[in-house]
Amino acid sequence: MHRTNLVGCAAFAVTCLLALAAVPGRGETHAFVGAHIITVAGDEIAGGVLVVEDGRITMVGPAAATTIPAGAVQHDVTGKVIMPGLVDTHSHIGGVGGADGSAPIQPGVRVLDSVNPMDSGFRRMVSGGVTTANVMPGSGHLLSGQTVYLKIRRPGGEPPRRVEDLYILREDGTPAGGIKMANGTNSIGGPPFPGTRAKSAFLVREQFIRAREYGEKVKAARKEDGSVDESKLPPRDLGLEALVDAMEGRVIVQHHTHRADDIMTVLRLRDEFGFRVVLHHVSEAWKVADEIAEAQRKGGVLGCSAILVDSPGGKLEAADLSMETGAELVRAGVTMAYHTDDWITDSRLFLRMAALGVRAGLPRDAALRAVTLAGAQLLDLQDRIGSLEPGKDADFIVLSGDPLSVYTKIEQTWVEGELVFDRNRPEDRLYQTGGYGAGHDQTPYFCCFGGAGQ
Amino acid sequence: MMNPGRGSAGFVHRAAGAAAWALVCAVALAGAGRASAQVAIKAGVIHTMEGPAIRDGVIVITDGKIAAIGPAGSTAIPQGHEVLQAAVAVPGLVDPRGTVGLTGLYNSAHDSDQLENSSAVQPALRAIDAYNPQERLVQWVREFGVTTVNTGHAPGNLISGQTIVVKTAGNTIGDVLVKSPAMVSATLGSEANEAGGKSPGTRAKQIAMLRDEFIKAREYLDKLRKSAERAPAEGGADADGESAKAAAPADRNLHLEMLGDVLEGKTPLLIRADRAQDIESALRLTEECGLKVVLESASAAFVLVDRIKAAGVDVIVHPSMQRAVGSSENQSFETAAALVGAGVRVAIESGYESYVPKTRVVLFEAAIAAANGLTFDQALATITIDAARILGVDDRVGSLAAGKDGDVALYDGDPFEYTTHCTGVVIEGRLVSRAVR
Repeated sequence: MHRTNLVGCAAFAVTCLLALAAVPGRGETHAFVGAHIITVAGDEIAGGVLVVEDGRITMVGPAAATTIPAGAVQHDVTGKVIMPGLVDTHSHIGGVGGADGSAPIQPGVRVLDSVNPMDSGFRRMVSGGVTTANVMPGSGHLLSGQTVYLKIRRPGGEPPRRVEDLYILREDGTPAGGIKMANGTNSIGGPPFPGTRAKSAFLVREQFIRAREYGEKVKAARKEDGSVDESKLPPRDLGLEALVDAMEGRVIVQHHTHRADDIMTVLRLRDEFGFRVVLHHVSEAWKVADEIAEAQRKGGVLGCSAILVDSPGGKLEAADLSMETGAELVRAGVTMAYHTDDWITDSRLFLRMAALGVRAGLPRDAALRAVTLAGAQLLDLQDRIGSLEPGKDADFIVLSGDPLSVYTKIEQTWVEGELVFDRNRPEDRLYQTGGYGAGHDQTPYFCCFGGAGQ
Repeated sequence: MMNPGRGSAGFVHRAAGAAAWALVCAVALAGAGRASAQVAIKAGVIHTMEGPAIRDGVIVITDGKIAAIGPAGSTAIPQGHEVLQAAVAVPGLVDPRGTVGLTGLYNSAHDSDQLENSSAVQPALRAIDAYNPQERLVQWVREFGVTTVNTGHAPGNLISGQTIVVKTAGNTIGDVLVKSPAMVSATLGSEANEAGGKSPGTRAKQIAMLRDEFIKAREYLDKLRKSAERAPAEGGADADGESAKAAAPADRNLHLEMLGDVLEGKTPLLIRADRAQDIESALRLTEECGLKVVLESASAAFVLVDRIKAAGVDVIVHPSMQRAVGSSENQSFETAAALVGAGVRVAIESGYESYVPKTRVVLFEAAIAAANGLTFDQALATITIDAARILGVDDRVGSLAAGKDGDVALYDGDPFEYTTHCTGVVIEGRLVSRAVR
């Protein structure tokens, strides 16, 4: 008895110490009171309350209808705006590189093996309110590798030092991500890269046919009792495994494509091989919006991840890039998200893209969805992030005003109930505004882009 | 210069024949006289940049020039003037440094004339010989309210060539030219280095080369002056023409001629310098050679504010949204505010992008500065009157006052707000854009 008590006391002391050392957020209950809350899941709430417990949202609603749990740490955010953390479906942040110049299709290469979690880009990203990013290799290949979904956490209250701290894990414990593909001119080049669009499609088809055969062999090696006949297994091929994962729908193909006919080529290949696909950039999607909508209705096409840049061009296939693309896709019924393509556009200004979408005719709710929930849907993460609903991860941002105004500042960014950016902290503010120490050379490694074999 | 006298046929392509003329007539009819040079603008707010904003104001433009501006109650609109309406009117925006028209939308060899890489120092390259007034990127910036741009050879070579000031609507260089040469473009820092063992390959070599060039230009000027002094003393040519030969500028050199103009302060040297040591080098060179210099980009200017102020140079600050990479890795949204706060004259540029966006829009870049330390008026000045002053064209553009060019940009709200639209653009009295952007 005496001994048990001692153990109990020790355990209690340890608990107290842990609680003292703990980062605010984890294990605590926080209530954010008085803000205008944009849940994205439903109507905007004036004077709302958001309750966060152990990294998850437990309540969100009007102050009058929400009982703040006893003992909750209260944050008075009267006059502020709270909305979900932004979801970026296409980023090159973290100094990453994927496939090299040896071949145009390299599905076995994982971008997670190249992420520098200490890259200043991540600090800028959270200062712009982006809490989740699909970090991808470049578009200089038909298939440049596997992408990784990252959340910008602050383990132990410090900036991350290990990429493992940033993973979003699937149920099987593996880091979630997709497959990056591209067509059009970026992935065209000298041998062994394709020289034309038709050759590009040919090389992709050839590779998927090989993967289908590989998958059938693996399936054939599986016995009725669930065990595997090792003698029948083909030699393990990491690249073909990844393509099988894509064809069986476990991962999403995130496909760079600009010109209308290139978009249609992606849809054609999707129909042939059955992979699930998101169309990225889609400069000319406004020309084939109804065709994309029809493909989405049929299934397998999740939607479009569009980019909006400050002027068209830069290359022939982006000459007809339009600020109206987002509005046109939403009109047609396509699930439409925006992405930064950071460093093409700056993660700190991701909300600006939604606002420019509104300028070009996109309804406000669709614009806010395009940088939150729609992005989550295009990454298979809609059950965890993208809106403020009970049960979802407590990823949200606190803004000084309307999210679509140039004058609004992101004041705080929270990930899973932890404060990862606070404009009041000078060391955080530096990354939001820039200044000495805010940046370093971090141009991503875009192998072969525009110069393969040339 | 623009030619307002061409009136409703303002979009005539000189080289085109009857078919084009028929098209122009159709356009003019469809526009119901909207291309008229006699225009009045009624606006809820007019930011004149000459004093306080005018509520419920009127701008009267006659024959391309502003004839009157003031409150609606006391400013009569002459009969026959077409009336345009807007919530907000501001001076046509002045982009103090871009490359549109030399840089094209497609970013391919056939439309990219902003950099000639055969030699690091080529001040004689004239922008008038390369500018394409019909480039779609020019139309793009015009539709957001940009009516004047200082465009030309890009940063990237030690001295890449000249820039010009043009208006953003018109078919030929003759239609649009305001000033040539406007500036000579120079670049310091790693972006100006040449590869493969060619010079310059280091920062120190860049300055050594520039000092050499200006010493040569000085000698060239001296030689010209001596020739000119000798000529009258020797009188007319003798039979064998010897004295005429002595009077001719020996070995005419177009590059040194241009640098001579820079030495004499006739044309400013626009020096792109981002890191602190490059800004310091630019100022050191300025003082040694007695140049009239304008700093461009100046990403690290926030640590040298006092030095820049003391040197008395104007700064054309990088696009606020320029990427934080390379020499600009520490660039800040607050640089313009830091300089303006110290009393330095500042403009904000669209600059040069080698990839995308193929051109930036100064309206958007100044908007970010307006949200990061500049007041509304200060931010608007960086792309109107102060830009015009830095370019030396403020006698014509940059503010709304009687006698100035009738260049006006119209908006349906605060021009800097993301969700505001540019609803009309007038250049010298002609409605050159009705797009809603």
